Amino acid sequence: MDLFDIVGPVMIGPSSSHTAGAARIGLAARWILGERVVEAHIGFHGSFARTHQGHGTDRAILSGLMGMAIDDPRMRDGIRLAQESGMKVETHAVQLRGAHPNTVQLELIGENGHTLQMEAASIGGGNIRITRLDGLDVDFTGEENTVIIHHQDIPGTIAVVSTIMARDRLNIGTMQVYRRKAGGDAVMILELDAEPALETLKGIEGQRGIVSVQFLRKRGV
Amino acid sequence: MDYTLSEWIEQAGEESLAHAACRCQAEESGTSEQMVREAMLRNLLDMESAVKEGLKPDLRSVSGLTGGQASRLYTRFAKGDSLSGGLLGRAITYALATAECNACMGRIVAAPTAGSCGILPGLLLSYKEENNTSQEALVDALLVASAIGISIATQATISGAEGGCQAECGAAAAMAAGALCALEGGNNEMCMHAAAFALMNMLGLVCDPVEGLVEVPCVFRNVGACGIAVTAADMVLSGIRCPLEPDEVILAMKDVGEALPLALRETGDGGCAACRTVHRL
Repeated sequence: MDLFDIVGPVMIGPSSSHTAGAARIGLAARWILGERVVEAHIGFHGSFARTHQGHGTDRAILSGLMGMAIDDPRMRDGIRLAQESGMKVETHAVQLRGAHPNTVQLELIGENGHTLQMEAASIGGGNIRITRLDGLDVDFTGEENTVIIHHQDIPGTIAVVSTIMARDRLNIGTMQVYRRKAGGDAVMILELDAEPALETLKGIEGQRGIVSVQFLRKRGV
Repeated sequence: MDYTLSEWIEQAGEESLAHAACRCQAEESGTSEQMVREAMLRNLLDMESAVKEGLKPDLRSVSGLTGGQASRLYTRFAKGDSLSGGLLGRAITYALATAECNACMGRIVAAPTAGSCGILPGLLLSYKEENNTSQEALVDALLVASAIGISIATQATISGAEGGCQAECGAAAAMAAGALCALEGGNNEMCMHAAAFALMNMLGLVCDPVEGLVEVPCVFRNVGACGIAVTAADMVLSGIRCPLEPDEVILAMKDVGEALPLALRETGDGGCAACRTVHRL
């Protein structure tokens, strides 16, 4: 925790968890998808389902999906701006077993046809935790330089990725690997101390067994 | 830098708490103390903008529960009728303005949360106008407030859902009391005692937002908490010491929060939220 977690963030009200956190979730999803969002299905769980309109949670998430920061005053018109941008939006309530009371489930389609399924919780003070990504359980915050690698669960994949990181002098702070089943779809979440170059990410993308590489910049959400 | 209040005093040694906080932040984030101070100054300027926005008489929240009421306090204060007097009269005006700016989806600085964002800027900006205080001194005060806030957030909580309003407005009042004490020349230990007094006098306050919104009673509690913070600082500056160990008061707040029934922890079920008659503006 640092001083600016206490005095800060600068944000659009009224609620750090229901508004700022929600906007951050939208923004994280936008960067992970990696392209402009053209269709969004938003499921609200728990407290989010009960009070999302009064807190502007829906406008906040849409603003984030359009790439707006948590202190962007245009957030107030988030719903109208999303409509004007041509984004198709559908919202509904969901019940997720065991999920944090402020959880949102997103299903997104991007302008080039890429899709993303993501679940994330707004855990207080504007902080977020991403808990599910394309059907796999994950756990990261987006506060660090985060590389998200979808891959096949085959031997040597982790070594290939870490070798490229080492070659480009990138220190891996934390690393998590999740898989559906042995040999199946898997995802690696790496938190790096420095920002990787685009070539590094492209280099990883070209390796055998790698499906996709996404990057979330530190303080980008 | 998740320090307790007594660890902050140890960290600071002979330096001021503000300087210790700034130094620790610069070390941990790999930046310079100058950059930390500049970032805190930007927070101060954003606080001023939020007050300006919140004083507009035609401001209304989406629900119609709050907005535009700070301008009433301002009119009364400007006429010289304020019972609270100079520092506090202006502080409650600015605190309500900030809290209403927040309720109306304006741009605010969480301090430490959005729901309690009025108390610290209300008091500091009022102090500035009453005393013609320099920006440097106000940045120092914000650094002191942040350090105290870290001790509360890491030993207890600053979330109403976990600890009730005592965790949000209580923490904000404690931070503001310490900051005021520093502005008045109190030493590091006195700042901690002022924070402890403020938190002590906020213990037990529940989080009971009407319709689950950060409006009623939240914006008015920001006003009330300013009084708690000023009186806490005055006690300490007069030479009164908090009879309890300041860190223990934080732990007491945590215990009280855990003992609160769920209906009184931001579920919108109990307390004010259970009142049936709600008048809209």
